[in-house]
Amino acid sequence: MKEMLNIKNLSAGYPKKRIFEHFNVTDIDAGNIVALVGPNAAGKSTLLKSIASLINVQGEINLGNDNLVQLSQENRSKIVGYMPQHQKTDVELTVLEALITALKVYTLDHNDNSEQTKTKAFDVLEQMDLIDIALEPLSNLSGGQRQMASLAQAIVRKPQILLLDEPTSALDLNHQITVMKMIKEYASKGNIVIMVLHDLNLASRWADILVVLNNAKIYSSGKAFAVVTPTMLKEVYQVEARVENCSNGYLQIMVDA
Amino acid sequence: MSVTNQHIPVLKAKRKEVEQLYAKKLSRRWLVLIALGIACLLSFCLDISTGPSLLKFSDVLKALFTPDSVAKGTSIIIWKVRMPYAVMAVLVGMALSLAGAEMQTILNNPLASPFTLGVSAAASLGAGLAIILGIGIPFLSENWIVSGNAFIFAFGSVLLLQALAKWRGAGVDVLVLFGIALVFTFNALVALLHFIATPEALQQLVFWNMGSLARSNWDKVQVLSIVVAIIIPFSMLASWKMTALRLGEERAQSFGINVKRLRFFSMLRISFLSATAVSFVGTIGFIGLVGPHIAKMLIGEDHRYWFPASLLTGALVMSLASVASKLLVPGALVPVGVVTSLVGIPVFLYLIIRKGKK
Repeated sequence: MKEMLNIKNLSAGYPKKRIFEHFNVTDIDAGNIVALVGPNAAGKSTLLKSIASLINVQGEINLGNDNLVQLSQENRSKIVGYMPQHQKTDVELTVLEALITALKVYTLDHNDNSEQTKTKAFDVLEQMDLIDIALEPLSNLSGGQRQMASLAQAIVRKPQILLLDEPTSALDLNHQITVMKMIKEYASKGNIVIMVLHDLNLASRWADILVVLNNAKIYSSGKAFAVVTPTMLKEVYQVEARVENCSNGYLQIMVDA
Repeated sequence: MSVTNQHIPVLKAKRKEVEQLYAKKLSRRWLVLIALGIACLLSFCLDISTGPSLLKFSDVLKALFTPDSVAKGTSIIIWKVRMPYAVMAVLVGMALSLAGAEMQTILNNPLASPFTLGVSAAASLGAGLAIILGIGIPFLSENWIVSGNAFIFAFGSVLLLQALAKWRGAGVDVLVLFGIALVFTFNALVALLHFIATPEALQQLVFWNMGSLARSNWDKVQVLSIVVAIIIPFSMLASWKMTALRLGEERAQSFGINVKRLRFFSMLRISFLSATAVSFVGTIGFIGLVGPHIAKMLIGEDHRYWFPASLLTGALVMSLASVASKLLVPGALVPVGVVTSLVGIPVFLYLIIRKGKK
């Protein structure tokens, strides 16, 4: 199942506004974490939605020999998991019920009896340290807890491609690390994780590949040390900044102005 | 992982505890459903035991189980009047409450119901056209022409909402606003009919608009019970997908659900349920709003339980409203629509305040 992801000639957008034209990202290896970074309105979230085919898409999104664009929505959902940027705040379902729903909603769990479904849901809750809030309605949770629960809903289906839109934006430092470690382990099992991140230090630390988007085009992509440069920060983000190596070898961005 | 080795036994114990609590929660839901079923049955019995003719309870029982042992009049009152009214109350409550629950989910709006989105107002217009202008479906008998018209208009109004849903760029919020606009439009047209009506026709239409079980008969009960019996299994089949839709449209899509298709078939179920119910009994306010909300408070939002609970709370509230409509003014039958609206308004306000607080 070690298949490579290639996005070729992708055109995507909304009914009245096309965002991407002939967009290409190639050679994303199984086991890789890709961080999509860039300023606001660069097209990061739209790219994630395109890969999940939640919006109108033309072109090829190839995982191995399969073009995901041509799969039915149901079959695609078994391969691609998506965590949206915003979570609804008025949902009375509990964290556990949301996970069970994620598993049962389609034929994904066709041969599973309820016990197996429950076990899968509880395994993810345990893994993410969410057991304490398993029976809490989503509407009662804090922003951070709700974000963790949302990530759990995407991960519980064990998709080969996991798309995460700002998975750590509402999390404290400790939970950011928890989530990143979990994502790392998930990818290490041969899955591909593509996530939108605003925190460049976090992206540099955890992603194998950084893709810098600007005006729906790739400005640069590659390893963090090659991509995160003062020039990029100046040209893409319009900020004066230094990029330094800290003692443990990770990049650290210092914004001056 | 976030969990260190020394935490594992604690976590396992906690997991077991939560698993047990979840199992208890599921059992409790079944108990709530059974309790609601029993409450419906009791309310139904109360409904057929009360009425303007003030029959003794013993006579009611005799008429039910040994109809030959009571006076013919008593037997007729029970079997031709009270029984169809009481069954109709339960069926209308079920239909409107289930339609309301489905509507709240697909429109992502806790205040959506067939009443608030113009289905009842459309039915009034259809009925008004038949009563005042005599415009109706050809070949329908005199008894059915008002209901037939009301059904066509109510069904058409939901289809209109549905057409808008398919319209490019129209989100669910736009749909809700459109539904509210429909209420005002239909009400204005009904007012116009009032203006041109003869005094007799006007009285008839005003009474129709109040919503009353008094126009029930076994034929209508039969039609509505068939509609409800056919729709319920389809609603239950969609319950997982509808639960997933509560997590958000994009989330549901990412789970492989064709949300447009789900909405289309749900709207179709809503059309049949609400249009049939309203066309037989007239404007019945708030059941479609109150029923699902009481059910949600009792049982949560897992649609596998919420749909059946909504059916039962709708039936219960409507049946109790039917009892109240007979007891409010002794010896008279107050239109049941008046009662449901009076009960519904405080509940509606409570929901708005609760939503505001959140």
